[in-house]
Amino acid sequence: MTELHLAVALDGAGWHPAAWREPDARPAELFTAGYWVDLVREAEAGTLDFVTIEDALGVQSSRSDGPDDRVDQVRGRLDAVLVAARVAPLTRHIGLVPTATVTHTEPFHVAKAIATLDYASNGRAGWRVQVSARGHEATHFGRREIPDQLGPDLVADLFDEATDYVEVVRRLWDSWEDDAEIRDQATGRFVDRNKLHYIDFEGRWFRVRGPSIVPRPPQGQPPVTALAHAEVPYRFAESSADLVYVTPSDVDDAAAIARRFAPPSLVFADLVVFLDRTAAQASARKQWLDAWDGATYTSDAAIFTGTPAQLADLMLRWRAAGLDGFRLRPGAIPHDLTAITRGLVPELRSRGAFRHAYEADTLRGLLGLHRPANRYATVEGTR
Amino acid sequence: MSKQIHLAAHFPGVNNTTVWSDPRSGSQIEFASFERLARTAERAKFDFFFLAEGLRLREQNGLIYDLDVVGRPDTFTVLAALAAVTDRLGLTGTINSTFNEPYEVARQFASLDQLSGGRAGWNVVTSWDAFTGENFRRGGFLRQDDRYTRAERFLRTAWELFDSWRDGDVVADRASGTFLSRPDAGAFAHRDAHFDIAGRFNVPRGPQGRPVILQAGDSDKGREFAAATADAIFSRHGTLEAGQAFYADVKGRLARYGRTREELLVLPAATFVLGDTDADAQERARVVRRQQVSGQTAIRHLEQLWNRDLSAYDPDGPLPEVDPVVGENTIAKGRASTRMFGDPLRTARQWRELAAANKLTIRELVIEVTARQTFIGSAATVAESINDLVQRDASDGFILVPHLVPDGLDEFADTVVPLLQQRGVFRAEYQGTTLREHLGLAHPDRRPAA
Repeated sequence: MTELHLAVALDGAGWHPAAWREPDARPAELFTAGYWVDLVREAEAGTLDFVTIEDALGVQSSRSDGPDDRVDQVRGRLDAVLVAARVAPLTRHIGLVPTATVTHTEPFHVAKAIATLDYASNGRAGWRVQVSARGHEATHFGRREIPDQLGPDLVADLFDEATDYVEVVRRLWDSWEDDAEIRDQATGRFVDRNKLHYIDFEGRWFRVRGPSIVPRPPQGQPPVTALAHAEVPYRFAESSADLVYVTPSDVDDAAAIARRFAPPSLVFADLVVFLDRTAAQASARKQWLDAWDGATYTSDAAIFTGTPAQLADLMLRWRAAGLDGFRLRPGAIPHDLTAITRGLVPELRSRGAFRHAYEADTLRGLLGLHRPANRYATVEGTR
Repeated sequence: MSKQIHLAAHFPGVNNTTVWSDPRSGSQIEFASFERLARTAERAKFDFFFLAEGLRLREQNGLIYDLDVVGRPDTFTVLAALAAVTDRLGLTGTINSTFNEPYEVARQFASLDQLSGGRAGWNVVTSWDAFTGENFRRGGFLRQDDRYTRAERFLRTAWELFDSWRDGDVVADRASGTFLSRPDAGAFAHRDAHFDIAGRFNVPRGPQGRPVILQAGDSDKGREFAAATADAIFSRHGTLEAGQAFYADVKGRLARYGRTREELLVLPAATFVLGDTDADAQERARVVRRQQVSGQTAIRHLEQLWNRDLSAYDPDGPLPEVDPVVGENTIAKGRASTRMFGDPLRTARQWRELAAANKLTIRELVIEVTARQTFIGSAATVAESINDLVQRDASDGFILVPHLVPDGLDEFADTVVPLLQQRGVFRAEYQGTTLREHLGLAHPDRRPAA
């Protein structure tokens, strides 16, 4: 059988809001480089395809309509692109996929940031596109209003904007042909400007002229990824992303969702995982975390409690339904991260379902994606 | 006691100072080049590494300018990656206040400060040109008069965001289940003519409180802005007389903002060529100047002042008889230096007189008026010059711009720095861990707000 792909989604002390209170958690170090380096190295030791790093343009909250007053949960985070850049020189193989929001930001800046991350990591950068539909994040920018209750028109607009945004970023990545830098001593030219391209994008939200200031990144197009739960974001992911994270509730749901995405788009299922030596232990641990938090933890993704072997069973069943891989959200870090790298990974390997060593140098290579041709490159002689 | 010298390493940029045609010249984009220069700077105990920014490829005569280095990486991303391969070196870069929003920039700098253990510095620049603005959502809307107002409001807004978290807000006490010391950490509300924002900032305060602020403004408004807000000025006055005048001027402006002379450092940009002897260095400098100014580069440079197409002229012939076109520069786009010529007719007249008096061709003239290095000499001579300029209050140190990537700083690090250390005017070891400590600047909480 072909192997599955495996990523972990890193966020603070883990996805359970009380995870920071676990005895082995490092809550005082969440805003230090050393913490993130350790987590990504752990994931790399498990030969995972990539890590994603969560981000947002506002503080975490237990409410959907704005910040809360809670002081018993993690609040605050570091910029995900910069965390990925800080980790890049200290890792060798694993893909680094930070979240960057498209709603209030500049496509020109994000394009050059991800391209530069691709240079700093020698071809291991990706991007998780995130739409901000939160009114309290809009007030941090003061340029537009987003109501707390989103109508369908606004949702469609936000994803249309995201579609345009990704198009601009992709064009900027291609705005330099691979061999644009010539350093020609005879003519004194550093670049062949015929291989630099204006992108001249004009849409409803922005116009961008180009070219990028950064040469085409090592992967050409770093993989673009997006989380999607519903029809509008599914359509966005289909048109704009190389890889989509979906949140099926069971194997039938996984099959139904996977069917709507045509190759070469990759489909990963998100799962929140609590892993222990016995299923009872895992379940008990989640319960005591819930008790600490004063609420039963729920998620947009399915929540798994059990042993690594049971998780491997589930993943292989879901995979057979048409998924390419999984993005696991560790309930608590480091516990559930190391249970993935040291428990689940050997389990998958023993079933012939996961790599024993890295076999590619780039994230596209790990994901089995070809390095794409440049949309602006002309065949020699036809210019 | 002698003043202590501050030194910084500027990654060679996208103008003709950078010699890409030399066989030793390496990549301007691969991370290894940035790592190499930063490691050299840290080995030499420099205060900081500096990375400039440009947001639109330059054009001349309507075409992308192809004679100099083209292309550079994203400032924040490179600085964050350099934090992984250095330990003490300050990490500073240019970020434009026109094509960004305060919330985003503040969280990037606060994150960089956290990820580097307190080594972040921000060169705040402002631009208004619609040319660069064509790459941005909200580009090109700023009137020239508004640019310092906007930059000043931007910076003060960012400060409010940095200050919205206090040291100690994150307690992370497991036993009591208290992560934050107060529920409103990060709360802010700011309204002025440029920014109307409110909510919660989401990055806890970094080790330096706020990043070190650099500015490069040279106009009266720019100097006033720096005196009010900056920790260091990236100046262009590296000679004794001009340096002393600039130094006295900006230090003299500090009192009216309640600041002492030590709270703003003056750091001119400086180029250098070393040699075994002074004569050897002079010869090497001559070679470098010719590498920096090819015949084509000389014509293009002349066009920037003349503001017209001069491609028909011979670089090895005399200067044009025609006068510059006065008014908006339509020939060279995306180049701040076109604003520095002052009166183009007068400058052109001076250049013609200089060329006539010394029988200079176009290329020779451009070499004469543009490319001369700040320091040329043996290591002993250069060390002496640097120290002399600092002790005589022409500067507090220098931001050194090598002409070669990535090892253009090696010789300076190996030969000049030890001489400065022997004189006791430059640190032999880092005394602190943060950039503020290297520069002798107080934490903002222990300094009255301007």
